[in-house]
Amino acid sequence: MSVHASWYLTLAALLFTIGAVGLLVRRNVLVMFMCIELMLNAANLTFVTFARALNDIGGQVAVFFVLVVAAAEVVVGLGIIVAIFRRKVGTTADDAHLLKG
Amino acid sequence: MIHAAFLIPLLPLAGFAVLAPFGRKIGNPIAGWIATLLVAGSFVVTILVFVALFRLPPDQRSVTEHWFTWIGVDRLQVGAGLLVDPLSMTMASFVTGVSALIHLYSIGYMRHDEQYAKFFTYLNLFVFSMLMLVLADNFVLSFFGWEGVGVCSYFLIAFWFDRADAASAGKKAMIFNRIGDAGFLLGLFLIFERTGSFTYTTVFARLGSVGTPSLVAIALLLFLGAVGKSAQIPLFPWLADAMAGPTPVSALIHAATMVTAGVYLMCRINPILHLAPDAAHVIAWIGVATAFVGATSACAQSDIKKVLAYSTVSQLGYMFLAAGSGAYVAAIFLMLTHAFYKALLFLGAGSVIHAMDEDQDIKNMGGLARLMPVTGITFLLGWLSIAGVPPFSGFWSKGDVLENAWAVTPALWAVGALTAALTAYYMGREYFLVFRGERRWVEARPAAAGGHGVSDHGAATRADLQGAGMQGAGMQGAGMQGADGPGEDVHASYTARGLHPHDPTWHMSAPLVVLAALAVLGGLVNLPFHPSLDFLERWLDPVVGATLLHHHFSTGALWLFSIVDAALALGGVAVAAALWRRRSDRPALEPRFLFMAWFVDAAEDRVVARTGSVLASLTASVVESRIVDGAVNGVASLVRISGQRLRRLQTGYVRTYALGLTAGVVILIAYLLVRVGS
Repeated sequence: MSVHASWYLTLAALLFTIGAVGLLVRRNVLVMFMCIELMLNAANLTFVTFARALNDIGGQVAVFFVLVVAAAEVVVGLGIIVAIFRRKVGTTADDAHLLKG
Repeated sequence: MIHAAFLIPLLPLAGFAVLAPFGRKIGNPIAGWIATLLVAGSFVVTILVFVALFRLPPDQRSVTEHWFTWIGVDRLQVGAGLLVDPLSMTMASFVTGVSALIHLYSIGYMRHDEQYAKFFTYLNLFVFSMLMLVLADNFVLSFFGWEGVGVCSYFLIAFWFDRADAASAGKKAMIFNRIGDAGFLLGLFLIFERTGSFTYTTVFARLGSVGTPSLVAIALLLFLGAVGKSAQIPLFPWLADAMAGPTPVSALIHAATMVTAGVYLMCRINPILHLAPDAAHVIAWIGVATAFVGATSACAQSDIKKVLAYSTVSQLGYMFLAAGSGAYVAAIFLMLTHAFYKALLFLGAGSVIHAMDEDQDIKNMGGLARLMPVTGITFLLGWLSIAGVPPFSGFWSKGDVLENAWAVTPALWAVGALTAALTAYYMGREYFLVFRGERRWVEARPAAAGGHGVSDHGAATRADLQGAGMQGAGMQGAGMQGADGPGEDVHASYTARGLHPHDPTWHMSAPLVVLAALAVLGGLVNLPFHPSLDFLERWLDPVVGATLLHHHFSTGALWLFSIVDAALALGGVAVAAALWRRRSDRPALEPRFLFMAWFVDAAEDRVVARTGSVLASLTASVVESRIVDGAVNGVASLVRISGQRLRRLQTGYVRTYALGLTAGVVILIAYLLVRVGS
C-alpha cells in the first residue's frame, strides 16, 4: 500500500511553513538556523515525492545537491554564529545589526 | 616668359622662409636688404610677365598657370595655380612696386627697432599672401591669400605688442575681418553649390544657369567679405585703430594694398555683379556713404595718421562706388593712383613722426616745410593728388569715378562730389597744420632763454600752450615767425626740446620721391580726352570689357565734369588754406561727433561689444553656475538624497531581510498562480 503523494506534499508544506514562520518570529540565532534547515528539508521532501510520483530519478539527485549545499551552509553559518558569540553575550540575532545603513 | 609668373609670389615667400628661422642671426640691416631685394626681384619679374602678356593678342591675354591639384575630393577639385590676365598683372605690378619701395623705406624707418628682422619677415609673408590673393586662378586660393594678408595685418598692427593699444588694435582688426570673412566663406559655399566649381573662368562661364536671387546673394556675401577687409560701413573702425602699427605697415597694408583687396574682389567678380544689378546698387551706395563718413571724420582728427586712415576709408568708398556703378576700370584706376599718393602720404607722415620724436598730434607740429624740404614737397604733391587738383593723378581717377557715378544716378555723383571737396579740405588742413604755420613744437619760452633750457620742460609747456588757446599760441607764433629768418635763433629755440626735425636718410627719402613722381604722373595711364589715351581701359578690356558700364557723354559734358571737379578740389584747398594756414585750433570745425567718426565705433561698442559682454557675464553667472554646475551638482545631490532615503531599508536586522525574502516569494507565487489560473 502506498501513501498518496499529496500527503507527502502537505507534510512538506507544513514543515516549510513551520520553518519560515520560525525564522521570522524567533530571535535566537541557533533556532533560526534550525528553521532554515527545516525549510531545506521540506524542499528535499518535495523533490523526493515528485521523483517517486513522476518516476524520475532527477528529483532524488537534486536532493543530494541540496544536502551538500546545506552541509556547507551549516559550516559557514555555525562559524559565523560562533564568531558572534565570542564578541557578544546574547544569542539574539538583533544584537548583530552592525550592517545597519 | 609668362611661365616665370610662379616666381612673383615665390620670391617674397623665399624671403620669408629665410628670414623666419635665420632673420635674427642675419640681423640689421642685411635682413632688411634681403627682404627688399627679393620683393624688388618680384617686381622685376612682374614687369617681365606684364610685357610678355602685353605682346599677346588681346583675346589671348588670359593665361592659367596650373601647378597642382590642391584639394581633390570627388566633385570638389581645387587647383593651385595662377591666372595671368590684365587685371591680376595690373594688381601684381603695383603691389610689388609699392611694396618694394616701402620695404626700402622700412630699412630706414625700423633701423633702431629691436625686432628689425621680424618686421621684414612679416612684410615678406604679407607680400606673398597679397600676391596669392591677386594672382590665384580660383576663389579658394584667393581666400588663402585673403586670410594670409589678414593674419599678417594682425601681426603687423600688433607689432609693438607690448603697447596695449597696439595689441588691442590688432585684435580688433582680426575680429572685424572675421565678420567679413564669414560672408566671404558663405559666398564661396554658395558659388560651389550653384556652379560646382571654384575656378574663376569656369564659374563665370556657368553663371547663365544660376538664378538671379542666388547671384545677388553671392555678390552680397562676397561684398560682406570686402566690407570687412576694405573697411566699409559698418566695419570700418578697425582701420583707424590699425594706425597703432608701424607707419610703413600703415602705408603698405592699410592704405596701398591689403585694404584694396575688397575692391579687387569686386572687380574680379564683375560678371556676377553685372548679372546682379541690385547687389551692385547696394555696393555703390555703401561705397559712397563710406566715402562721405570717412571724409567728414577725417576733418576732425588730430592724429596725423588717423586723418590718413579715415581718408583711406573714404577713398576705398570711392572705389566701391566705382565698382558698384559698373565702372571697374575707374575702380582699378583709382586704386592704382590711391596706392601711389596714399603710400606717399603715409611715408611722409612716418618721416614727420620720426622728426617729431614719435609725437603724432598735428596740433603740436607746424612749420616743418622749411626744415624737411623733401618730405614737405612730396607731401604737398601727395596732398594735391588726393585732393584732385589738376593735373595730378587724383584728378583723373576721381573724375573718372564721379562721371560713372553720374551715369548711374546723379544722387551718387552729388555725394561723391561733396566728398571730393571735403577730401581737398581735410588733407589741406593736415598739410597746413604739419608743414605751415608757427612751429608749435618749439618750447613756449622766449627764444633767448631757449638755448640753455632743459628738455624736460617740453611736455608741460606744450600743454600750457594748448590750454592757453589761441591767444597764447598767437603770441608765440608771432615770435617764432619773426625768428624764422635768422637761422641761429631758430636753432637755439628748438634745441630746447631736443628736437631737430630734418629729412630722413636716403632709404626713406628715395621712396618718397619715387612715389611723388608716380602720384603726379599716375593719371597718364588713363586720360579721358581721346579713346586712344585710355590705356588702362583698353588693357583691362579682356577682363571687364563685357560688363563695363558704357556711357557716352558729349565732349562738352566731359569738360563740364572736369571743370566742376577741379573747382571742387581748388575750393577745398582754398578753404583749408584760409582756415588753417595761421590757426591750429578751431573747435567749431572739429565737433566731437566727427572726431568720434559719427560714433559708429562707440555705437558698435555699445550695441555689439557691450551686449556681448553682458551675454558673456550672464552666461558666466547664470548658465555656467546654475545650469552647467547645477547639472553636475544636481546629479551628485540626487545620488546623495536617494542614498539617504534608501539606506533606511538596510536595518541590519536579519528578520527584516527574511521578511522581505518571504514577502517576495509569496508575491512571486501569487503572481504565478494568477497567471497560470487565467
